[in-house]
Amino acid sequence: MTAIPAGDATLQHSPKTHGFTRTMSAVLTNKLAVVGLGIIVAFILFCYAGPLIYHTDQIHIELSRAALPPSAAHPLGTNEVGYDQLGRLMVGGQTSLEVGIAAALLATVFGTVWGAIAGYTGSFIDSAMMRVVDALLAVPALFLLLFLASIARPTAWLLILVIALVSWLGPARLVRGAALSLRTRDFVTSARLMGGGPWRAVFRHIAPNAIGIVVVNATFQVADAILVLAALSFLGLGIPPPAANWGDMLSSGISYTYAGYWWLIYPPGLAIVCVVIAFNFLGDALRDSFDVRLQKR
Amino acid sequence: MTPVVTVVDLHTDIALSKGTVRPVSGVSFTVNKGESLGIVGESGCGKTMTALSIMRLLPPGGRIVGGSIALADVDLVAMDEAGMRRIRGDRVGMIFQDPMTSLNPCMTIGDQVSETVLLHREVTREHARERAAEVLDLVGLPHAKERMNSYPHLLSGGMRQRVVIAMALACDPELLIADEPTTALDATIQKQILELIDDLRTRLDMAVILVTHDLGVIAGHTDRVAVMYAGKIMETSPTPELFANPRHPYTEALFRARPENAGSDRKLYAIPGLPPDLSDPPRGCRFAARCAYATEECRAQEPELTGDNHAFACFHPLGINQQAAPNPPTPLATAQAAAPLLEVRNLVREFPVTSNGVLQRKIGAISAVADVSFTVGAEETFGLVGESGCGKSTISRLLVAADTPTSGSITFDGIEITGKSNRELRKYRGDFQLMFQDPYASLDPRMRVGSILREPLVIQHRGSAVDQENAVVRLLDEVGLPRTALRQYPHEFSGGQRQRIGLARALALRPKLIVADEPVSALDVSVQAQILNLMRDLQREHRLTYVFISHDLSVVRYVATTIGVMYLGKLVEIGPAEQVYTAPVHPYTRGLIDTIPLADPQRERRKSKAGVRGELPSAMNPPSGCRFRTRCPRASDKCAVEEPLMLPFSVQGHRAACHHPLRSPIPLSTSAHTAPPRP
Repeated sequence: MTAIPAGDATLQHSPKTHGFTRTMSAVLTNKLAVVGLGIIVAFILFCYAGPLIYHTDQIHIELSRAALPPSAAHPLGTNEVGYDQLGRLMVGGQTSLEVGIAAALLATVFGTVWGAIAGYTGSFIDSAMMRVVDALLAVPALFLLLFLASIARPTAWLLILVIALVSWLGPARLVRGAALSLRTRDFVTSARLMGGGPWRAVFRHIAPNAIGIVVVNATFQVADAILVLAALSFLGLGIPPPAANWGDMLSSGISYTYAGYWWLIYPPGLAIVCVVIAFNFLGDALRDSFDVRLQKR
Repeated sequence: MTPVVTVVDLHTDIALSKGTVRPVSGVSFTVNKGESLGIVGESGCGKTMTALSIMRLLPPGGRIVGGSIALADVDLVAMDEAGMRRIRGDRVGMIFQDPMTSLNPCMTIGDQVSETVLLHREVTREHARERAAEVLDLVGLPHAKERMNSYPHLLSGGMRQRVVIAMALACDPELLIADEPTTALDATIQKQILELIDDLRTRLDMAVILVTHDLGVIAGHTDRVAVMYAGKIMETSPTPELFANPRHPYTEALFRARPENAGSDRKLYAIPGLPPDLSDPPRGCRFAARCAYATEECRAQEPELTGDNHAFACFHPLGINQQAAPNPPTPLATAQAAAPLLEVRNLVREFPVTSNGVLQRKIGAISAVADVSFTVGAEETFGLVGESGCGKSTISRLLVAADTPTSGSITFDGIEITGKSNRELRKYRGDFQLMFQDPYASLDPRMRVGSILREPLVIQHRGSAVDQENAVVRLLDEVGLPRTALRQYPHEFSGGQRQRIGLARALALRPKLIVADEPVSALDVSVQAQILNLMRDLQREHRLTYVFISHDLSVVRYVATTIGVMYLGKLVEIGPAEQVYTAPVHPYTRGLIDTIPLADPQRERRKSKAGVRGELPSAMNPPSGCRFRTRCPRASDKCAVEEPLMLPFSVQGHRAACHHPLRSPIPLSTSAHTAPPRP
């Protein structure tokens, strides 16, 4: 038996063998990703640690302080019913981020499992499963959202479910596409030849190998979900006050455009744009880092 | 002798994010008019980068940092991009490795060939097409005029490579660079393409640079050879001299690693280790780390390339008649005659061909395997050879029950495995395993090697977690990988190391049978030798039976005890390995043997006219009677009407199906023709 001699170059340079560490180090070499990650962390701190330092009353309406421009007491002014705008941005951000991330997670997990099963099994099961996806895609998402939001009183949980319901279709199609090609790969065949069943193939081989596109897609899903929530709230079907989210704030601010209350419009609008862009940056960087072959160069 | 291209002290760098690789460091050579230079070496030695440097088609980050390339009177290194564009395709033509990807699938072949002419010559479209028809005819494309409007997918691999050659020749280049022009092709087609390049060179008086990893290709088709290693030329001389008397240990090692040169009872000489990392080449002689003759001097100082006609860069060259010590012996596996492990009876596999419409009507069938029967004894190695498309991979999938035959039976260890459901098969699967061809595709890139090797044990519930981990460590030791491999991912390994991992995984369940589908065809000759040695060691140790499938008869001859030769779904000849290889009976086997490129210029040139001609017919409408008759030099009317039967040619079980065999069969009475045919 020939032992691999000591001069074997490929076996020595592998301090970074842990998957997570390797992904992170690859992400951190990408400047845009660092920017994206930085913005996300900053917003999370702002929304969750902010209220601990900057105390405001976001429950009681105080019309005597309505629509004040920015000042020392209220750095971003107050809104039309007298809530401090900066404090509201923090509280509203909590809802936006929570709903956004939770809806994206739910949609991604469900869509991945659906797509992986459909792609792996093939045949008529695949056709049936994908026709369900097509049928749901054919229903305009906004119509569905409006319908569901109008028959029930919106809560954060309901919104998460509703947003997930319209957004799992994308990941399902993506993963199915990947699964179709992955299932013909030798390593999936080899698992079958060892006696492994279909569940092992789906969950141990196909889903993990589709993880690259799944994670990338998930970050875009977070951004999308935040936007959908904003759109819903903009149409007045968001979570009812006194709860707040950025979309809500933007929507009520817009009605005062002609009054010149710019501080009601720009802060929530910018917050939405920044978070969405940050998640997109992160998604792009993750896509690069998950492609193992790109790392070799 | 007019030099066409003169390369002097060429240095090429490729800047990567993690440092700079220097794939070409100080290469010099001259190619004269009408002369052919072969550049040979393992993969990653800078051969292709040398060729691409001449074309100035380096990958991103690539740059020529020193030296000169003179094409007749012009210096290509100093030339601007516009000037280079005028030279490429006009004065220098290039043929790439893979004809499947080097043609544009959306353009007719006529347009693609005439495009080159239109780019470089002031001619009308009609003239360009005339010229295209002319060169397509020149490269031997049958019915070239009618084929002008065909799209590439309508042509076979060999025909596409002819079109690629036609494109390179369209403007009468002075220099033709062929980068592994036949590596993606079958041996029978390889021979035809190489002969075509040879023939064109003499007719058009071109200079040719032939880049290849195969010394056999070099032997018959070049005038001079340059052996490259780690970005440098190690040895260069006229071809016959290099083959008669290699001076550099690396050249010698390449020779000794070839299975055709080793007796099947001897180990192959495997060059240990891998070529050095070219971003940080070692001090001293670059080959020292893998060289059997290296001394302190070699590690400290770099030898110069010295000598006039036969130059080599070595402090300790091999002498004129110095014979290297013979390879250590390795006993050949012998069949335990009493116990057939695998019996294949009348195996048939047809793939339905359906129409493209919604209803997908069945409009025919591809006959991939047609009535194949053979027996494999316990602990022997059964080698199956044939061109691609002959059905050998289909058989490998049928043998390990990855696919279900249309009819026929496969009996493994006394148990019928055809017609069993996946659930029923699960408990037998541990006994027969498949080793895949592509070491890159067969390992899950998201799993660590530890998990990959443990997976079969987990699936089959073998032992406790601790037992499984111990078993994995033992497997790594057996295939010669370090234990640190456990925590690494497949992409961190080279092709040969991955194939070791693939072998370890196939061994994990301690199977009785391993079906190896082209296990070494993706590997370099030196690494191929390592894997073949390892497979034979493991066979002895674990009393394994192999079914070894390959397109390369010289590899099969080395490992196998019995050889089966397949042609278009049929088994045409079967018998003990030495008998089939040295005294073939079927004209197809004879032709296959003649197409193996030998690393011996004299023998190679002598058999120049032999070999299988033409291409494999479609398996959808196989020829009537004997399927080989369309390419057979001995075919007669009888062959078209009557399908030949398997007849015995020796008492050891050498059988073949041919109406006009190369020698007559032994009388039926002395052989056990009616008894089950035993190889």
